[in-house]
Amino acid sequence: MNTTFGPKPWLQGSWDARAAANFIFGGAGTGVAVTAAFFVAPAPGWRVLLALALMLIAMGLGSVWLELGRAWRFMNVAFNPRTSWMTREAYASGVVFAFGAAAIVTSVPWLAWLCALAALVFVYCQSRMLRAAKGIPAWRVPALSPFLVATAMAEGAGLTVALAPALVGGTPRWAVGFFVLAVVARLATWLRYAGSLNGKVAPQAAAALAAVGTHVVVLGTLVPLCAFGVAVGFPAAAAVALTLGGLVALAAGWRAKFVVVRRAAYNQGFALPVLPVRGTR
Amino acid sequence: MTRWAMVIDLRRCVGCQTCTAACRHANATPPGVQWRRVLDMEVGEYPNVKRAFVPVGCMHCDDPPCMEVCPSTATKKRADGIVTIDYDLCIGCAYCALACPYQARYRTDRAQFAYGEPTPSEEARLDPGRLGVATKCTFCAERLDAGVAAGKTPGVDPDATPACVNSCISQALQFGDIDDPQSNVSKLLAGHQHFRMHEELGTGPGVYYLWDRA
Repeated sequence: MNTTFGPKPWLQGSWDARAAANFIFGGAGTGVAVTAAFFVAPAPGWRVLLALALMLIAMGLGSVWLELGRAWRFMNVAFNPRTSWMTREAYASGVVFAFGAAAIVTSVPWLAWLCALAALVFVYCQSRMLRAAKGIPAWRVPALSPFLVATAMAEGAGLTVALAPALVGGTPRWAVGFFVLAVVARLATWLRYAGSLNGKVAPQAAAALAAVGTHVVVLGTLVPLCAFGVAVGFPAAAAVALTLGGLVALAAGWRAKFVVVRRAAYNQGFALPVLPVRGTR
Repeated sequence: MTRWAMVIDLRRCVGCQTCTAACRHANATPPGVQWRRVLDMEVGEYPNVKRAFVPVGCMHCDDPPCMEVCPSTATKKRADGIVTIDYDLCIGCAYCALACPYQARYRTDRAQFAYGEPTPSEEARLDPGRLGVATKCTFCAERLDAGVAAGKTPGVDPDATPACVNSCISQALQFGDIDDPQSNVSKLLAGHQHFRMHEELGTGPGVYYLWDRA
């Protein structure tokens, strides 16, 4: 027989919104760190942005810490760098905070660059964490990793662009360019991810992802690109348009990650490739 | 070498759940935690309906994804193939539960009892070390090890055999050393067609399902 038989998949209950927050805040924080280090510094305000990035990443880690069954054993997370992406994420976060704090205190931009590079490693580890979870079909596809990295960049760049008028005194052109690039990259990686899931996930997971896919396309891509167009065509409205576009891009990414971690995380249930043949011994 | 494995004859299982009850009794698992479960699968539509009872639990994989993701190294695999959890190392992140394609792992954060207040038996057998950490089927490793140390043969002598296998009323569950060609499980596999659950994932489950004669 070609079909399989089995009980239907069900939604995972092991990781709730606290775990999702780690991916939501950690990704956005990484994006802010990268944008601030490479596209804002040494303009004024980059240290505030870097501090915001560290705060976001800390919020994510603090949130997932609250979900641990044995929270005070948290240091044990460092024991398996050989195979566990969670351990590697923890190590990367330590490097992020070390270089980030040093950059903020000393105002040395190259320390911020190192912080941003470590943050990229951090978010890559996060993306591989989901991929290593073999029990969840919507997570274990390789195409999820590029999307998580790309949306982290889009979210962080969006938040930076939104806050730049207040913190930097203007919106650095390179940051805007990076924002546009990241938004387009996010769309491309999302389409690739969604395409790679065809027939591999439970119908409920597919429906949840299809719904949030619309948000990624419309709110996460078209609105920010329109905002960029307005900013180019009407410089007087640039700050307002980019702030709006940046915040919408941020919200779309957060929504997408929440859905991936919480709403689309159906397991594959159980299935028999064949049914038992009765009446024989 | 020894590789402990379980062979489940799907043609024999009647879905009585005695293995589930025996496991819960042997391992004192709280309500809702079933290290050995029996799925009731119904396939097709009336009048062409088929039904299968499928015992599931930790598959003690050759390449366990739970062990790979575990950040604390609490999950380990013994040389004889049994996948273990060190409750003193586990941080209760539940990452292993998501990595397991067989939904074999549980985390219980608070003590739970069948009737609200603990019965004397539940009170006596409550293990606070198992709260807030991952738990799962152990193939009754302590019982097995004690039996082997006493010179007994797992899968043959009840004192060296997992509780679920001992309790099975139809002998659908069998246990033994798959590396020994003379063992009961090796003979069963040689004489029957079999498969492993979600084999396409490459985890190498240590639980085999028989479905027809060879």
